[in-house]
Amino acid sequence: MMGPLLVLWLAVCLSGTWAVDRGNFKTCDQSAFCKRQRALKPGQSPYRALLETLELTNTKLTLQLINDNNKVRLLLELYRLQGNMTRVKINELKPLKPRFEVPDVLINDPPTEPLSLLSQDENGVVLSLGADSQRLIVSAKPFRLDIMEGREVLLSLNSRGLLAFEHLRIRKDTKVDPEGTENKEENEAANEPAEGEEKAKEDEKVEDGMWEETFKSHTDSKPNGPSSISLDFSLPGVENVYGIPEHADSLKLKTTDGGDPYRLFNLDVFQYEVFNPMALYGAIPVMLSHSAQRTMGIFWLNAAETWVDISSNTAGKTVFGQMLDYVQGSSETPQTDVRWISESGIIDVFIMLGPTPTDVFSQYASLTGTQAFPPLSALAYHQCRWNYNDQEDVAAVDQGFDDHDIPYDFIWLDIEHTDGKRYFTWDPHKFPQPKDMLQGLLDKRRKMVTIVDPHIKVDSSYKIHNEIRSKGFYVKSKDGGDYEGWCWPGNSGYPDFTNPEMRAWWASMFAYDQYEGSMENMYTWNDMNEPSVFNGPEVTMHKDALHGNWENRDLHNLYGFYVQRATAEGLIERSGGVERPFVLARAFFAGSQRYGAVWTGDNAAEWDHLKISIPMCLSLGLVGVSFCGADVGGFFKSPSTELLVRWYQTGAYQPFFRAHAHLDTPRREPWLFGPENTALIREAVRQRYALLPYWYQLFYHAHHSGQPVMRPLWVEYPQDTATFSMDDQFLLGRDLLVHPVTEEGARGLTAYLPGKGEVWFDVHTFQKHNGAQNLYIPVTISSIPVFQRGGSIIPRKARVRRSSSCMEHDPYTLFVALSPKRFAQGELYIDDGHTFNFDKHKQFIHRRLFFANNALSSRNLAPGSQFTTFSWIEKIVILGASKPSKATLKTPDGKESLLEFDFDASMSVLTLRKPGVNAGVDWTVVLQ
Amino acid sequence: MSCALLLLLMSLALAMGTGAAVEIQRPRGVPLSKRQFYEENKPFTCLDGSSTIPFDRINDDYCDCRDGSDEPGTAACPNGSFHCTNAGFRPAFIPSSRINDGICDCCDTTDEYNSGATCQNTCREMGRKERESLQIMAEITKEGFMLKQQLIHEAKRGQEDKQGKLTELQGSKKGLEEKVEALRTVKETAEDPEKEAKERHLKSWEEQKELIRMEKDKTRMAEAFLELDDDADGYVSVAELQSHLELDPDSDGSLTETETQGLLGGADKVDTSTFETVWSGIKDKYLSEGLSDPPAPVETPQEEETRDFVSDPDSDHYPEDYAGEEEDVEDDEEDDHEEEEEEKVPPTVQTPEKRADDEVSMPPYDTETQSLIDAAQKARDDFDEAERALREVDDQMKNLEKEIGFDFGPSAEFAYLYSQCYELSTSEYIYRLCPFNRVSQKPKFGGSETNLGLWGQWAGPEDSLYSVMKYDHGQGCWQGPNRSTTVKLTCGKETVVTSTSEPSRCEYLMEFTTPAVCQEPASLDEVLQGHTEL
Repeated sequence: MMGPLLVLWLAVCLSGTWAVDRGNFKTCDQSAFCKRQRALKPGQSPYRALLETLELTNTKLTLQLINDNNKVRLLLELYRLQGNMTRVKINELKPLKPRFEVPDVLINDPPTEPLSLLSQDENGVVLSLGADSQRLIVSAKPFRLDIMEGREVLLSLNSRGLLAFEHLRIRKDTKVDPEGTENKEENEAANEPAEGEEKAKEDEKVEDGMWEETFKSHTDSKPNGPSSISLDFSLPGVENVYGIPEHADSLKLKTTDGGDPYRLFNLDVFQYEVFNPMALYGAIPVMLSHSAQRTMGIFWLNAAETWVDISSNTAGKTVFGQMLDYVQGSSETPQTDVRWISESGIIDVFIMLGPTPTDVFSQYASLTGTQAFPPLSALAYHQCRWNYNDQEDVAAVDQGFDDHDIPYDFIWLDIEHTDGKRYFTWDPHKFPQPKDMLQGLLDKRRKMVTIVDPHIKVDSSYKIHNEIRSKGFYVKSKDGGDYEGWCWPGNSGYPDFTNPEMRAWWASMFAYDQYEGSMENMYTWNDMNEPSVFNGPEVTMHKDALHGNWENRDLHNLYGFYVQRATAEGLIERSGGVERPFVLARAFFAGSQRYGAVWTGDNAAEWDHLKISIPMCLSLGLVGVSFCGADVGGFFKSPSTELLVRWYQTGAYQPFFRAHAHLDTPRREPWLFGPENTALIREAVRQRYALLPYWYQLFYHAHHSGQPVMRPLWVEYPQDTATFSMDDQFLLGRDLLVHPVTEEGARGLTAYLPGKGEVWFDVHTFQKHNGAQNLYIPVTISSIPVFQRGGSIIPRKARVRRSSSCMEHDPYTLFVALSPKRFAQGELYIDDGHTFNFDKHKQFIHRRLFFANNALSSRNLAPGSQFTTFSWIEKIVILGASKPSKATLKTPDGKESLLEFDFDASMSVLTLRKPGVNAGVDWTVVLQ
Repeated sequence: MSCALLLLLMSLALAMGTGAAVEIQRPRGVPLSKRQFYEENKPFTCLDGSSTIPFDRINDDYCDCRDGSDEPGTAACPNGSFHCTNAGFRPAFIPSSRINDGICDCCDTTDEYNSGATCQNTCREMGRKERESLQIMAEITKEGFMLKQQLIHEAKRGQEDKQGKLTELQGSKKGLEEKVEALRTVKETAEDPEKEAKERHLKSWEEQKELIRMEKDKTRMAEAFLELDDDADGYVSVAELQSHLELDPDSDGSLTETETQGLLGGADKVDTSTFETVWSGIKDKYLSEGLSDPPAPVETPQEEETRDFVSDPDSDHYPEDYAGEEEDVEDDEEDDHEEEEEEKVPPTVQTPEKRADDEVSMPPYDTETQSLIDAAQKARDDFDEAERALREVDDQMKNLEKEIGFDFGPSAEFAYLYSQCYELSTSEYIYRLCPFNRVSQKPKFGGSETNLGLWGQWAGPEDSLYSVMKYDHGQGCWQGPNRSTTVKLTCGKETVVTSTSEPSRCEYLMEFTTPAVCQEPASLDEVLQGHTEL
């Protein structure tokens, strides 16, 4: 889908240019709070810890902070969380009214561990953070926190003195005497300055944009006045930071000195540009820091508009408190300083202390949950276009895939399938018999996705609208009426998805008897859930719109999260809790991984957009969202044939694999570019299908333990500094390295194979290469450079059929890539592919495959589980093998049988013919 | 009943023809034509010769041959294919990946022998349906083909008519050309004396004018002399001339004595006869003391241009009026407005000031000259008339040649579509196909017509070029290509647009039936046999 097409202003600004219109979106300078906050200079923190207020309980430490300029007090809460995390919460001690705290993102109240007081004097306190000789040092004046391990500072808070907390206040009428005593009394009463302290200095001059802000033609009334918050973090020894998606930028974040900060504010950005820090559709306020020594994470739990400044210096800028009784080491230690600024809410930050990348992933998963385990078919290929015009068109495209022997699992219907953009309905002329159409797909074991956007046509003859209105479920405008904005259907209302009752009702609309024409093989796509409001400020909702008592300002970035959640819950409910849902969303927040997939929005058919798809999905993977993809082919514009082929080849090795195209572009189904290109695309898609067992297993792990599916190289090679900024190649799990061709007219590329003493095998030729080298690879148009790590075992299904469901019972081929020490291990995960039975009834097979001492074995990893499969082991391909004299298969019943084999001496590839053993049982093959 | 009988007969005929029974033993998925390669209990050599394997490895659900030939009946080979006999319908090959995938592909159900899918044998039903539709198609084809013959006949006759007309026109063109040439000579012959007489007339008028001018100059000179000779001593002196500052040669505002002397040819004073030479040097600048305005120059070069402008105001004064039809109404109004404004501007040199010099107009031509002019004019008119007639004939011929030159198909069977239009009404639009011209779309409920493409070319595949028409360069799409339409032609008794669609934005597809594409029908038996093998 795309941004506002029909709106006049866009039509005007579009004429003749393809680039984003930056003028439609705010810079930091145009965002009043960002401008105010960024104007603060470091090193002048007015905050002081009132150590006498310190309280230490079993679960937390509390301490008051005072701003010496205005005497406003803050309450600091410190928690040591299980799993090597520290949580720091700062709120006003007595806010004028409650400040927003983000609900529903954390999967539970994070379990704590006790803190203990090590020492205390008038300058601060030292606390023990459990084991590992970790200490937390609280300095009193100015207030700062340092987390130390041994003699090393891991991270400091407010070390640059940029903690700034705009307390809620009563508006002073500018017409009245600025010293207006009435207001002042109220202020003082509200803030309760401590007795005996000198009278608060009024440091509250009213600046522009505090109580009202205008951008273009939109005015943001700010009934609550200024409320922004900010905090800085220093990371000594760190040169690399990652994460805070969504930005169309490199994997390694850049410093923001001299430019705008990275912005987190969910926006429908029309024709976005690559390589800049502008906000996009989704926001996950999580940053990872990495050095060869340690990986850490900062999770800034705030759903308001947020800006993140990053600066880096190698000077010994960190000045330690008097409590630190040692001399800081070399002043040349690199350091990264990060500053977070949010418009409202509180400071609630989770410091994930790693120390390994895997640890950080687990820590973050323990807070916000893991990737939803998708139905296996959702990992296969998706065919989308705005729009497949009618049932005949759908049938013809479906048949086209069979005629050209290209597999696919899902065909998608964009907004034109509805009756006048009324979601949950069908265009009566174009889709008169949706169930017939769905049955036709079901007969081929295929599926469909229809779009359901969160803007609801204001139309009194539309059932959905009437119910939402009568139940009072719409977001309200600041004046209390239903908020209305312009979107695809014209005038639209926006259901308040932050309301649990609204979500429950929305979910119930997906029941088969509610969503007419729907069937069990129909799934859902939530587009425009930033939300997109064509005539709103920055193409989104007014910040003073109301979700119950809260302004959109407070929770803007959460809206899309809730939309996807309510929809996913609807799909679960309609099956009585049996079937796993599949929901794609464009906007997201921390925790969205629990509800489905996301994609990188409305990209363009340009080589740069193909390239940027890698860092964009890698960044998302680092912060929990593994199910990520970019529109294959590019949404806007029409790709050259070469670009289309390269995009299929790249997309085939990215988690969410969907082709999509704009309404105005020529058709581009895979067979429309001549037989050679059809064959190239077919081959790329077939490689995807053959590898589905591995993809499924990776997603099982992502679901189980929060490990990303698509990984930057440094995640697996954390000490290899050469990998730290690589984002033109990536790993799938640990064992596959992919360096897709993303250069136009490429004749060759250089891939980096990591790992000193390791080997990698080209998955197409089985050629062995040493690790820790830059390998030049000549490429042709059919090349997709992929390498399997020596030491790994990857299961594939070589019998590629027309949909993944058709391959359910097919046998496996195991690719055993031996390490130099002639060892390898891998896994095999099998379940029914679409229900929750793997979870609820432990109905799955999870086996460990390992090769050692010239024997390959399969052993049960989950003794408590039970599942039977028809699948068997068809073939075993051992890479880097030597020729045995015989190969014997041993099964648990004690039977032994000789296996035939074929040995290719030139490539050292041993192929064992037809072990034939069931994939779910124990077996061993011994080579002699 | 008759169908069943037919089928039975055909089965027999085919069975006898191939000399084999349907039940013949061969590995699953092998077509009869390849049966001989799969000899029971003998080693099998892959059809590509790549290796030889024991017979029991055929269809053992493991792929041994690179070409997939050892697993014709299983899904083991990625590149294999499975043969379904489909008795009662058409035999088919399917990719072996469709064996036992839970989806019924072969109408005889043989592809799903181990998947749990319950397939119905639909071959007979499909065969029957296909035969029915083939029969209907055959009838349509037959009738359509007859109509086509008629069309060809008519086209041939039309073509001949046009050819005849063309020949006829070619004849008359020749006559006209001769006539034009003859009249050109007549015209030129008449124009020569005309030109001479006119020049003569003009020359004598010029001479006369020159005399008058000289006379006037003399008078002025005498007047000036009298005027300058303040002391009436019969001489114009330096002092007398010095008061005429307008004569200052270096225009520095003062006329010095030396300068004045220079004007007087170096003398201190001149008499009437010497003044003649002085006068010629100063007359252009000289201001009569009695007149306040300087005399207008004798000849204004601008005047010629002005005359042209006035005499032909439409030629290029408002080129924007001709800029094109795209200009919308508002623009036109503005133009009108401008025009009015222009007209209000007072004409600057449109009516030149009357001057004594030009007051006298040229006298009318004498009768002799006038009659020469009249004669030449008539010759010109006759010539123009003849030329116009020739152009008309040329145009007619061009149109005819264009039509004759159109590719109306191998036998001109599509000629009847020329200058016709066919419409299809959908819920929203009326689509209009004017073959060899254009395709358009008009909203049913108001709104202007959209051009969906102009005739481009025949665009069918090599073996049936005339099955597809392509219309392109239609109206542009917002952010998209120009609209274009592909028209697919199928055989039908009637000429009618049967459907339209827009498979891709601004790329339209139209289905059009016409007898002109009907192929000569094979006999029904041949048709049926061609599609029914065992």
